[in-house]
Amino acid sequence: MASQPAWMNSLFTYTGSSSFSEFLGVHAPNLLPARNESLAAPVGDEIPHATTIVAATCAGGVVMAGDRRATSGNIISQRDIEKVFRTDDYSCMGIAGTASTGLELARLYRVELEHYEKTEGRSLSTEGKAHRLATMIRGNLPMAMQGLVVVPLFAAYDPSHDTGRIFSYDVGGGPYEQKEFHSIGSGSIFARGSLKKLYRENSSPQDTVLACLHALYDAADDDSATGGPDVMRKIWPVVAVITADGFRRLPDDEVAEFVESMLERRMTAPEGPTAPLR
Amino acid sequence: MSIPFGGYASPEQIMRDRAEYARKGIARGRSVVVMQYADGILFVAPNPSKALHKISEIYDRIGFAAVGRYNEFESLRLAGIRYADINGYTFNRSDVTGRGLANLYAQHLGMIFTESIKSFEVEIVVAEVGDAPEDDQIYRITFDGSVFDEQGMAVIGGQADAVGGRLKERYSEGLPLPQALDAALAALTEPGGERPPVTQIEVAVLDRGREHRKFLRLTGPRLEKLLEAAKEGQEGAQQPAEQAPVEQAQSEQDQAGQAPGATPPIAPEGDIDTGSGE
Repeated sequence: MASQPAWMNSLFTYTGSSSFSEFLGVHAPNLLPARNESLAAPVGDEIPHATTIVAATCAGGVVMAGDRRATSGNIISQRDIEKVFRTDDYSCMGIAGTASTGLELARLYRVELEHYEKTEGRSLSTEGKAHRLATMIRGNLPMAMQGLVVVPLFAAYDPSHDTGRIFSYDVGGGPYEQKEFHSIGSGSIFARGSLKKLYRENSSPQDTVLACLHALYDAADDDSATGGPDVMRKIWPVVAVITADGFRRLPDDEVAEFVESMLERRMTAPEGPTAPLR
Repeated sequence: MSIPFGGYASPEQIMRDRAEYARKGIARGRSVVVMQYADGILFVAPNPSKALHKISEIYDRIGFAAVGRYNEFESLRLAGIRYADINGYTFNRSDVTGRGLANLYAQHLGMIFTESIKSFEVEIVVAEVGDAPEDDQIYRITFDGSVFDEQGMAVIGGQADAVGGRLKERYSEGLPLPQALDAALAALTEPGGERPPVTQIEVAVLDRGREHRKFLRLTGPRLEKLLEAAKEGQEGAQQPAEQAPVEQAQSEQDQAGQAPGATPPIAPEGDIDTGSGE
């Protein structure tokens, strides 16, 4: 019995909170992504980074979309990475920054939400989910100082308000609630500029998806680390729509249709749709 | 192990007393039925409380049902959730199995039964839904840590034998959900008695057709609709009762052939899994 992990002894006796990561922190800290270790040399530039994520609210929900590129320095390290994750039935998160830490964070966060839901018999409130994520990012601060920065974007459908909500973070945590739309990652400046012109309040989820895809295209246009839609390889952005019906990741052929209609328009107007001036 | 002051009690006597004590506690409550139906596994428990559940989700494919003392099986439930979440997070979500969980419970219950003054007054079912009905698993674990790999259905607590007998008469493989629910409720109702109202029963399914998490609690209008469908089926199903004698004979035969699983152990006879591993 000596070889069994220490947490096995605590399964039946733990009387702490309903937080999964807190349980890990006490009984299996080696499993947590955030470790307070110093690196011999900064590796921030050499390991893969995830790039642009956009999110925008729509009528009765919220849309999140992310490009598929990961880069290490000037190298494209992956063309079809997925950076938008379902975290529970009514929420999702996208990650930008160090890809490996981000993936681990997303995996842990999903378990965190589920763990609470199963032990307490109810879901966390939307604010509760957003706060929980902030604490987990703050835990990564020592690693962020070493160059392993990960910053997520969190989007959720809030059943108590019947609206979509968006929360952003920085390396110290957060959350900062965003109205209407937001973007993160290296191409976020361009994506946000694009969304500023294309976003329409209370438009349908379909129109909002299209606006998000245009924003990602604009980001890829001006940011070398953001990937545009790969027509040859049929690699499309990941698009998630969350409404009262729950989380739904659009299937590839559905995204392909949106992308094709967007590309067709860009054939004649390479800069994309223009917003009315007056 | 405490020896009563001024006298000697043989280990057999101590174990028998302890088992008798636990069995009485378990038989005091109402029964819980767990059975396969066409699309997965159905859990039915008479339970007047909306908040204190006897049925719960453990992981993506795994459900939990318990009878006996609430505080005891609640601690087992929480431990199961921690065990499943920590394994799923360490390895992969598909690496969490009902068998592993059943073994964990068996070890723990076995250890408590032999080493504590008072054994747990609980009996639990761990059920895992597979991709096909053949892959479904239902494990019944008793207070002394014995594990029974049940085929198709399991009844725990209360008058488990009588309820199990009634369920066997109505059970067949691949019943649609309303019929399965009807069979379970008929089994839980004493002959000539009245069925519990909607507000007094707790119903959940592990539906293999669902995405992500298979567990679904059936409440409110959804359950009422299902019960109505079950009632219609019940009225239409009066005729096949003529065939029943043959099936009944068959089921009695099955019961006889399954002697060790059909009755909960009164006293430890033969091998006992102490679970202590030493």
